[in-house]
Amino acid sequence: MSWLFAPGFFSNGPVQAALVTGTMVALVCAPVGVLAVLRRQSFAGHAFADITSTGGSAAVLLGISPVVGFAAAAATGAASMEALSARRERDRDLVTGAVLGAALGLSALFLYLSATTRNASGAAVTVLFGSIFSVSTSSWPWVVALGGLAVGLVALAYRPLLLSSVSPELAAARGVPVRLVGLAYLGALAAAVSLSALTVGAVLSTALVVGPAAATLGVVRRPGRAMAWAGLVAMLSVWGGIVLSYDSFNWPPRGQGWPVSFFVVALVLLAYGASRVASGHMHARGRASQQSEG
Amino acid sequence: MFSGLFSPFMVHSWEATSVVAVVAGVVGFFVVVRGATFAAHAIPQGAFTGAAGAALVGTSTLLGSGLVALAAVVAIARWGRKGRHDVVTALVLVGMLATGALFLSLGSQYADQTFSLLFGEPLAVSAGYLWPTVGLGVACTGLVLSSYRRLLLTAAAPELARARGVVPERADFWFLLAVGAATTLALPVVGALLVFSLMIGPPAASRSLTDRPGAALALSVGLALVTVWTAMVASYASNWPLGAFVGASAVVWYLVGRAASSHRRRARARAAVRS
Repeated sequence: MSWLFAPGFFSNGPVQAALVTGTMVALVCAPVGVLAVLRRQSFAGHAFADITSTGGSAAVLLGISPVVGFAAAAATGAASMEALSARRERDRDLVTGAVLGAALGLSALFLYLSATTRNASGAAVTVLFGSIFSVSTSSWPWVVALGGLAVGLVALAYRPLLLSSVSPELAAARGVPVRLVGLAYLGALAAAVSLSALTVGAVLSTALVVGPAAATLGVVRRPGRAMAWAGLVAMLSVWGGIVLSYDSFNWPPRGQGWPVSFFVVALVLLAYGASRVASGHMHARGRASQQSEG
Repeated sequence: MFSGLFSPFMVHSWEATSVVAVVAGVVGFFVVVRGATFAAHAIPQGAFTGAAGAALVGTSTLLGSGLVALAAVVAIARWGRKGRHDVVTALVLVGMLATGALFLSLGSQYADQTFSLLFGEPLAVSAGYLWPTVGLGVACTGLVLSSYRRLLLTAAAPELARARGVVPERADFWFLLAVGAATTLALPVVGALLVFSLMIGPPAASRSLTDRPGAALALSVGLALVTVWTAMVASYASNWPLGAFVGASAVVWYLVGRAASSHRRRARARAAVRS
């Protein structure tokens, strides 16, 4: 197996920690992501991702744990988007745009100040593109807490969430507090995105939330089952990314590993592409069998 | 403190940022009208990959980001139609960002270059960059303005446009192409992450200030110019990154727009009561 696992892979401390962190994060992000795709909130998820970069860079500037910064920024972003929320969909995009602009502008400022005052010039790269190997085990309590929060909110509001995702009018008619449910979901999404930001970096964190979910929803229709499969896809992508990144120390240019986030995102995209091909195949077969019956 | 603002080496920066603002004001107006905010956000971040790749192989940033912006436009137009538009865009986007991160990490000036590509570096604008910027800017504005009516019609009433022989998908493609070109111009100046703010903030505010499309378009260009000029002066004075000020202005414009539209709604209600 040494062609796949470079020597020392399993005994390496940071690798072991990364595998544990990655597994936890993947299992939280996937179910939340399935709902994001069903509710067509990929843009909100992506906006959170960019907003978390502000928190991450502020955390570097203040010298506190990045996961705290990510989570605080995502929560602020969710609250301000809700507070500024407008009814029409197009206006919602603009609100998101304004919040996003402010957040990214602040990130630029914080990262610049970190580079000049704290001499942390690599901060931009770490915050924006992440490295799961640099996640210390001291952030595990935060990971568990945020993950528990996200999964708990989704589990608690599972049925009303699904109903209001499919048809808000029907849900409202049945007495579901649509706005409250939506708010609970935004909270879950914010928690999931901040975990993902910790793993693959702020601007890439959409990949781990939306990617596996979109991949499985192409072939699996039932939401519950799709969540399980999405979890598997996310977990395999993170593990595969860690393995490949560890191996890449022996690739050109030698002595310098390729970024682990790159591999994770590439594997997620690969899964999505495969699912598109498979679902196209299924549709074609379905049509053919309909024609032969008719 | 401001004495160096118009020194010879700053002149190119002023010219380039002004061109960028005009193009962003024009293209951004249609982005807001057509509700294409997600694509306008995605294409710049994709172009970042091209710029990073160009830095790795040592060619011009404009060439690299232009080519990849083009690829992103084709990808969004080609595959975006079949599936869920937003999911595809989001995934294309992170894929490109991740590839950009890879390119930068394989190069030598990882941190500095990442920062200036993402958050802008107008002072690095050279004379060699200026002329392509002007050329591309004129082409891009020309493309959008020459299909002014078609772009408005397909956005407001796709069925009517189809009945008149305008194919909305084709108009969409040309429009995305213009967004790609505008992005390529703006990326080195305001940075990949803040091109979006410049394209959304001023036009959104201008649309709340007036209902007439022509006036809103002109106002959008004016506000974009005000944004970048203020940001240039503030950035020069404080030495903070230009992107920070452009990002902050997006919020200012949004709030101005909101205040204006609520004021106009109240004025209209008062007029209705009186009559």
